[in-house]
Amino acid sequence: MLDSYIEQLQRVETLGELNDHVVALRDTLDVEHVVYHSVNSTGEQYAALTYSPEWVQHYLDEDYARLDPVVQACYQRFHPIDWKRLDWTNKNVRNFHGEAIDSGIGNQGFSVPIRGPSGQFALFTVSGNASDDQWASYTEEHVRNLLLVSHFVNQKALELERGTDKVKVVSLSPRETDALTMLAMGFNRAQAADSLSISEHTLRVYIESARFKLTAMNTTHAVARALSQGLLII
Amino acid sequence: MLRYIYADDLHRFPRLARSMFVDRATQFHDRLGWDVTLRDDGTERDAYDDANPLYVIWEDATGRHGGSMRFLPTTGDTMVNDHFLHLTDGVEIKSPFIWECTRFCLAPGAPAQISAALMLGGMELGLNNHLSHSVGVFDARMVRIYARLGWGPTILGTAGQGRDATSVGLWAFEPALRPRLLARAGVSDEISRHWYDRSFGALTPTSKPALSA
Repeated sequence: MLDSYIEQLQRVETLGELNDHVVALRDTLDVEHVVYHSVNSTGEQYAALTYSPEWVQHYLDEDYARLDPVVQACYQRFHPIDWKRLDWTNKNVRNFHGEAIDSGIGNQGFSVPIRGPSGQFALFTVSGNASDDQWASYTEEHVRNLLLVSHFVNQKALELERGTDKVKVVSLSPRETDALTMLAMGFNRAQAADSLSISEHTLRVYIESARFKLTAMNTTHAVARALSQGLLII
Repeated sequence: MLRYIYADDLHRFPRLARSMFVDRATQFHDRLGWDVTLRDDGTERDAYDDANPLYVIWEDATGRHGGSMRFLPTTGDTMVNDHFLHLTDGVEIKSPFIWECTRFCLAPGAPAQISAALMLGGMELGLNNHLSHSVGVFDARMVRIYARLGWGPTILGTAGQGRDATSVGLWAFEPALRPRLLARAGVSDEISRHWYDRSFGALTPTSKPALSA
């Protein structure tokens, strides 16, 4: 399901469409809410989110970013965080938390701070209502996908911000191209590494880098995408 | 004890922070002769220290720096991608699952256990944050020491010679290596988790709704 979502995300051409795709993530990821919020190096902001407009307005009116533990813990940082690791004990924070829950944000949340190029920063959050056990098993099962999809949404937002060309041009280094070409020809990792005279770990990292640049969910998709974009010659 | 501290929190640990930057000057400028910039106050810092990196720092019993290293996500700007592409086959390493580790530094006379504890700290970061690898820039002569501590890197490339030799390498985050690092560091599983939770917050159960007033 996430595979086809990523495929569709690739074709997004405007920020309006991106907003629709972030909203659609709610169903794809099976959560109550999804928030994507980006601040670029010049301070420009972009947000796409599923919270109710009333809650967003209230949050802005009260300037809750000042005391929101999620914002405090994530801003300009880069480790993903379960909201249960945050400190909600302060009285004002408890009140804020109560209001958030009353507004349907959910009692559980997981946030992924994202560091982009040149000081760009974004925060991706999913939240919902669940017991601690349910939430723990949800995040454990989906954490990899949450990390990937949050970064892919961010890559798309950066691409749209850059504007100019609609066709996304991915440039791979010759070594990344070599690694994917070997896989496209049916070599396994060990054979590919051996043919390129590099270690398997090195090969894995080169493929991982290429996969990320190609916005692919896994290696197979990365090879397919590189082939369809004419980046590989076999 | 190990502390995990973002740069924007270093001000809460003034003695620890200052001694770390002083020890970096001693190691990278005085001892290794790397082309690093020293400040008037005798500390060594570079542009990546201004990018809010995450430091893993060994704090000794007096609150002073015993050893440290610095992490940045490879999705943002990194030293490897900015300056060492000639050592990575020209591959810009970028992934949410790979962080960069630089400035592995030991206080003068630091015992081997501190190196092991730092490696353990790196492992804890990787395992807790779902990373596959870390890509590091380091003094090439450290390779044997890393290997002896039970977690050696895969070398991507080395430039320079002798004490000037600088390598770029990969560490794979493999849970199976953690017990060995705990043993080398002389730290128990529980203590290492405690240090991690103290820095990043422990998983606290959400409060149950009150049954009645």
